[in-house]
Amino acid sequence: MVGAEPSILDDTRIAHVVAHGHRILSHRTVPGLRVDMEETPDAIIGKLVVEAGAQIAQPIHMCFGLAHPTGVQQIKIDVQILEGAHARVLSHCLFPFAQAAEHRMQAVMEIGPGASLTYTEGHYHGPHGGMQVLPHATIKIGKGARYFSDFSLLSGSVGNLDIDYLVEVKEEGIAELSAKIFAHKTDHITLKEAVMLRGERSRGLIKTRVVLEGQAQAEITGITEAYAKGARGHVDCMEIVQGQAKASAIPIVRVFHPEAKVTHEAAIGSVDKKELETLMARGLTPEQAVEMIVSGILR
Amino acid sequence: MAAPLLDIRNLTFQVDRHAILDRLGLAIQPGEIHALLGANGSGKTTLAYVLMGCDGYAPSGGAILFAGVDLLPLKMHERAKLGLTLAWQEPARFEGVTVREYLTLGKPDGDSEPALRQVGLAPDRYLNRRVDKALSGGERHRIELASVLSMKPKLAILDEPAAGIDMLSINHIIDIIRALKAAGGSVLLITHQEEVALIADRASQLCAGRIIFSGGPREAVDHFRGRTCVRCDGEVCNYVRT
Repeated sequence: MVGAEPSILDDTRIAHVVAHGHRILSHRTVPGLRVDMEETPDAIIGKLVVEAGAQIAQPIHMCFGLAHPTGVQQIKIDVQILEGAHARVLSHCLFPFAQAAEHRMQAVMEIGPGASLTYTEGHYHGPHGGMQVLPHATIKIGKGARYFSDFSLLSGSVGNLDIDYLVEVKEEGIAELSAKIFAHKTDHITLKEAVMLRGERSRGLIKTRVVLEGQAQAEITGITEAYAKGARGHVDCMEIVQGQAKASAIPIVRVFHPEAKVTHEAAIGSVDKKELETLMARGLTPEQAVEMIVSGILR
Repeated sequence: MAAPLLDIRNLTFQVDRHAILDRLGLAIQPGEIHALLGANGSGKTTLAYVLMGCDGYAPSGGAILFAGVDLLPLKMHERAKLGLTLAWQEPARFEGVTVREYLTLGKPDGDSEPALRQVGLAPDRYLNRRVDKALSGGERHRIELASVLSMKPKLAILDEPAAGIDMLSINHIIDIIRALKAAGGSVLLITHQEEVALIADRASQLCAGRIIFSGGPREAVDHFRGRTCVRCDGEVCNYVRT
């Protein structure tokens, strides 16, 4: 389950948590990191704390999933990156045989002053389209702290995906949220990301790239609100629509301070005609050209 | 004289019954650089799109033969496979696509470095960059020309290849056009810049969708200058400056 490298689980320098349904199969910690995980009938409840000033050199692997066609997995996790600490998390969410399965994630994250967290989350939901995934998170970013997230779901079906993230950023903090999703058939995506720039000179970026084909549907809402002097935010959403797919993008930007600024750009449509023709003028077939453009956008 | 590589006969392209290209005839020989001059709106870029087979640019009459093959039934990529390509005046930008990938389209084992060096860009600085909006206009133009060079086309249509290029780099663009010829290719060179046009073997002037003059590049440039109508003296387009 650990990406392409299962030997990571044997490496004592690398922290990990592996859970199947509501069972914890394995976990390991490293100096500077505290991991407390509890199995309950309804959920896995965990707490992950990176101690003040700790620099976790290797990414922390969190592997969640179900190896059965049906079932529910609920994760409730509290992540604390204390003052001046730095950590990277690689989260793998694998549901390769899902036909009527559900994965719920309720996360509370707190990035302390001067700390940083890079959270990379990759999903695979199998080919059947029977997966329901609901990751919801509240993230608080302290003074001068940094938070980078990168969600990707690029192969297999999506199923029903409902992401809801709320990020609060204090003075000189940075939040960058990136999501890349390729949806097919009857997949349905609801993606809502909100960044509240509460502190002076805080910065936020929401970048979303979604490609839809078949009868897939997506509703993408990117919200950025700036409340303080020097706060800067940007919402950037691009959706490529093919076949009978439907997409909507709703950028919401609000500014509550005269010296703050938030910008947005949103583009929805088919593959850009000029890009397509440029590649065809070099000899690529229309299908090859579309594939190249789409894979570039989702990179 | 050898059979022309490109032979355009009575080509007509209309929009709302208005002829943008009007029974246009033009021949380009193998290995020839042919400059195409003309005022804004005379039909130069439209001719490029019709030749390449861009969507919405099917002619209503005439014929285009390329190396003896009738181009009109062919799609863009099929024309490209025959050795025809186009470098746009405003090149497209591709999110996520690297320069290396862009220069080796359709041939993953291709070597992209020589073409990049030829356009004056250091491979170690550019190959892993993306062909996106982070590139300046001049850099993007050079990469477009490198892409054409690496394709080794029989005929490259270059639409304003020196647009957005600084004055000091114009000679570099001229060298690239000559490199295409040295590699055995022909070039249809659409340009407004005299120093670029003068490197051509022959040149033609387009006005109101018709070729109104063909000859040496100096003659064509002189023909284009200092007329009552900046296009054709009112002979074709009926426009006379007052």
